[in-house]
Amino acid sequence: MTDIEASRRTLVARILEGAGRAAAGLRRAAFDGGDVAEPLRPLLAKVSTRAHEVGDDDVARARASGMSEDEIFEVVVCAAVGRATRRHEAALAALRACTKVE
Amino acid sequence: MNMRLSILDRGHAFGTKVLFAFIRTVSRQPTPEALKLIAYRPAFFGAQMKTVTHEAMRGPSAWSVGDRELMAAFVSKVNECEYCIKAHSAVAARAYGDEAKVAAALADLDHAPIAAPLRATLHMLAKLLREGSVPVDDMRALLGAGVSRAQIEDALAVAFAFDVTNTLACAFGFTVPGPKAFEAGAAFLLSRGYR
Repeated sequence: MTDIEASRRTLVARILEGAGRAAAGLRRAAFDGGDVAEPLRPLLAKVSTRAHEVGDDDVARARASGMSEDEIFEVVVCAAVGRATRRHEAALAALRACTKVE
Repeated sequence: MNMRLSILDRGHAFGTKVLFAFIRTVSRQPTPEALKLIAYRPAFFGAQMKTVTHEAMRGPSAWSVGDRELMAAFVSKVNECEYCIKAHSAVAARAYGDEAKVAAALADLDHAPIAAPLRATLHMLAKLLREGSVPVDDMRALLGAGVSRAQIEDALAVAFAFDVTNTLACAFGFTVPGPKAFEAGAAFLLSRGYR
């Protein structure tokens, strides 16, 4: 069996706590799918739910607010990994719950 | 077409740009968008993402490489990521040596010529990605259908890796190249993996 847990945790630690341009609190909020200030809100809301609906305007608005491309890159990565992490953990919890009953 | 962040097209370190030029020369294809993403500031994200993806796709598993590449293509379909559907359909077809099987599984899962445990696992992944979770009863049914706990965890690892990649491909606006580019990419990923 493949166990990605250790490497997945390292990934999360790097994007949330590693050297970066975006503030740690903003990276954490993006990861958690929480509320963020307006210029980023539509972009990160789509990244967290329906990423295929992200449009040029969503990224352009974030850039126009004064954010650098590196900051946008970081918060989008955090939002994407956060979304995937929530789903992955929900599925693993369901698997653990049913094997206990057996 | 450019990505939505110019740093992902042109912001790489000098040595990385040299590598990209080499890859373009050898493959006679544009630098793959996925490589541009993973090679940008690799200490922040890409290097570790490669590790996670390689473990999920090429680590020890009861699923074959073809099965896992099909899962990657299928997850990409649920997430509506055209670039990743095409990229991993090409790898799965090459791994199986059967393009029709991959096309059938993506077009009509219930009638595709694949084994029942794989079909049931793909249905579970679709529900996870559409609804954000899987009911415990569904997991129990999957175990009852002969899919081992380890196989389920392995499938969930593939889904994690491609949920991340699909999301970023869509958000950053990966340009979808022609079939020859995906053929070249598939040959590379099958021989070298994701490291």
